[in-house]
Amino acid sequence: MRITQGCFSFLPDLTDDQITAQIQYCLDNGWAVNLEFTDDPHPRNTYWEMWGLPMFDIKDAKAILMELTACRKVYGDRYIRLSAFDASHGCESIRLSFIVNRPKHEPGFKLVRRNGVGRNQVYTTVGYAQDRPEGERYP
Amino acid sequence: MSEDGPEATIDLRAEFERSGVAPVLDTLDRELIGLKPVKRRIREIAALLLVDRVRRDHGLSAQAPTLHMSFTGNPGTGKTTVALRIAEILHKLGYVRRGHLVAVTRDDLVGQYIGHTAPKTKEVLKKAMGGVLFIDEAYYLYRQENERDYGQESIEILLQVMENNRDDLVVVLAGYADKMDRFFQSNPGFRSRIAHHIDFPDYSDGDLFTIGESMLRGLNYRLSEGAAEALRDYIVARRPQPHFANARSIRNAIDRARLRQANRCFSSDKPLTIAELTTIEAEDIRASRVFGGG
Repeated sequence: MRITQGCFSFLPDLTDDQITAQIQYCLDNGWAVNLEFTDDPHPRNTYWEMWGLPMFDIKDAKAILMELTACRKVYGDRYIRLSAFDASHGCESIRLSFIVNRPKHEPGFKLVRRNGVGRNQVYTTVGYAQDRPEGERYP
Repeated sequence: MSEDGPEATIDLRAEFERSGVAPVLDTLDRELIGLKPVKRRIREIAALLLVDRVRRDHGLSAQAPTLHMSFTGNPGTGKTTVALRIAEILHKLGYVRRGHLVAVTRDDLVGQYIGHTAPKTKEVLKKAMGGVLFIDEAYYLYRQENERDYGQESIEILLQVMENNRDDLVVVLAGYADKMDRFFQSNPGFRSRIAHHIDFPDYSDGDLFTIGESMLRGLNYRLSEGAAEALRDYIVARRPQPHFANARSIRNAIDRARLRQANRCFSSDKPLTIAELTTIEAEDIRASRVFGGG
């Protein structure tokens, strides 16, 4: 099951040229671009690990694409997302975020139903890949 | 000949007008005094890039030329100033995408402990992507006497990026001629990757005077008749003295003359006219210690 998070997630995966164009849009707006990766893409997991520091003071998208290539080399089997942080006063939050890399095979999530007190139903989503330890989830 | 009539001609002149590089080259000619060989080389580069672009438009092979440069010359001969212009020219010609200049020295590239250098150098290179990276006093990157110096690591990363990302950034090295020669001798890889070695000649006395005049004009000052004479004498007297740094020495001399002029205006009790406020007199320059005892 294909994971849909952030912008463009219902579109086919963006090519590197399209990613470059998006990055340039972010830079032209003065946003700092971050790269994050994880192998626990549960929708409630907002804490992905960062690849290096947020990239401030960069003028050209090619520099960030270089970092993305380096990140893919190491964590090509995980989810990588790119987010753009707007540091301007009064905003100070993420403006744009989209997935730029995903594992070849995405097993998806299952829904677990548990009977609670009375006839109450408690629902949980659990990733099929989650049983395995970190780093071995998407072989 | 093709069937659709005579072969199409290409109007390079019109192409040149359209590129918007003409005003940049003109200001270069106007504002930079002297530096004949430098200007000639810049024009050559601009011509090559323009022709390449036309060739590409007509489907002829046009491999992007290597444009890494090295500027050598004595202190104060305008290396940094020209580097700034180069960034603008290359941007106008569409060779670099952004046209900004990142000026760094050894401190910005080389780290202080093991593993610090690579990220630091890469950080700078990332900032310079799409523009021009200007490394001032580049010979400090390599310290011959210390083989464990981290500068070598920085050089290796630089060389790699200069080779692989030729379309993304232009590296300009600058430094004094003799030290740069030694630097290139110990790093042959650098020499061969740099296509343009541009030598900045020293300014003549007349050039220096014109530079001084234009600096003053920029600051809304003017030289009185006597002061112009004094400035000419100053240049002649200053040149053989130690630490002569061409245009920079002139700028310093002018700054000191402005101090003396301000002090003179301040200590006279009479009300001042605008003319007095903007005029540098001979005594402001003659008071310099360059004239004292020679």
